[in-house]
Amino acid sequence: MAGNLKQLSHKPERLVSGHRMCAGCAAPVLVKQILYAVDVPVVIANATCCLEVTTSVYPYSNWKCSWIHSAFENTSATIGGVEAAYRAMKKRGEIEEDVRFMAIGGDGGTFDIGLQSLSGALERGHRFVYVCYDNEAYMNTGIQRSSATPLGAWTTTSPVGTAIAGKTRPRKDLTKIVAAHHIPYVAQASPSNWKDLTTKAEKAFNVDGPAFLNVISPCVPGWKYEPELTIKLAKMAVDTCYWPLYEIENGQYKVNYKPKEKKPLVEWLKPQGRFKHLLAPENKHLLDELQSQVDREWEELLKNAGES
Amino acid sequence: MKAKQKAAPPAATKALAPQEKPGWTDIPIGAVVVEAGNGVNYQTGDWRSERPVVDVDKCIHCLFCWVFCPDNAVVLHNEKFKSINYYHCKGCGICSAECPVKVITMVEEAKAQSNANDSGAADGDGNLSPKAVGKGG
Repeated sequence: MAGNLKQLSHKPERLVSGHRMCAGCAAPVLVKQILYAVDVPVVIANATCCLEVTTSVYPYSNWKCSWIHSAFENTSATIGGVEAAYRAMKKRGEIEEDVRFMAIGGDGGTFDIGLQSLSGALERGHRFVYVCYDNEAYMNTGIQRSSATPLGAWTTTSPVGTAIAGKTRPRKDLTKIVAAHHIPYVAQASPSNWKDLTTKAEKAFNVDGPAFLNVISPCVPGWKYEPELTIKLAKMAVDTCYWPLYEIENGQYKVNYKPKEKKPLVEWLKPQGRFKHLLAPENKHLLDELQSQVDREWEELLKNAGES
Repeated sequence: MKAKQKAAPPAATKALAPQEKPGWTDIPIGAVVVEAGNGVNYQTGDWRSERPVVDVDKCIHCLFCWVFCPDNAVVLHNEKFKSINYYHCKGCGICSAECPVKVITMVEEAKAQSNANDSGAADGDGNLSPKAVGKGG
């Protein structure tokens, strides 16, 4: 087990301060929580994303581990190549050290652009952990909709006006797409539930094969809320069952957290400016549809986990 | 000519004022960053409009502020809260919002800077030197 906070406080920081993520960004929070789960050296391939551009502004690097920037579409191929080289060198006795491999990208780089290289690397069975921090749009390039953007959300390419009221299509369920590769470990997590996330990261790093973590990452400018609410919104996404915490270990579903009282989705939407229009009476049908999608997916998850 | 007179510091080993930035001859071949984690020398504390001020006597050392801080700006000592690193704290307020005993108050930065008795700050303007904070927890 990854341990409690006092134990975690002795772990080295691999992503150091001084990065240029926005104040209140969730991405560095979840990255540090994930990296607390590994004690051996880690090699990270970072897709083009907010995290990449803000932690590698020349002449600085905020990474205290081996780190390589990859284009959106080939992050998993990059880390797959690194991992294959490591295995070959280890076999020849050129490396003795135990090393772990991780790829990280945003939802644009994972759900959309990097999907085929991710799928390829999962199928080839490289031993690596892919982390997707899902902020639900292309935030780095200025808030364009991605296939992770939920129905009804405002973005600059799914604006709110007379023709449409935000995104007209539901989001893609990437966690299940990845699970369909039948890899040993797939999980969905949230930085608000740090214990759950560090435990999942530890499991992911310890499986002998590909592992995938899909982590929700509230975005202050993209979701339009006050920066201090980041962790509260991540928590509320979990409590409304919009972002259930679950894992699929060797094909077995397990729901890791069931809220005592499943909160209505509107409580999560309210603080977010991108959903402001959904609260208007004329858009009630969109709100209802979003709520029914969440309910349906939650029921399906409970069924998959054998809990309904 | 002017640039040649003063030996420039090695690329990216300390926080650089604009006039100290290395010239092209000082940059390593391939423009590689030779020091891992040298980003810690970059000050982000000047982004802040509000700063967290902690009533340490009432702190229960649950470390929630530390685990949720996006900027590793909560400095610990022996598994306990020690201070806020104002060199890097961007003033997002997550620590204050997540503190279960509500002992972290967000104070307007201008007011806090004019107050010489800032809690947790190492010097008058609230900036710890990067060397002092690099170790973090």
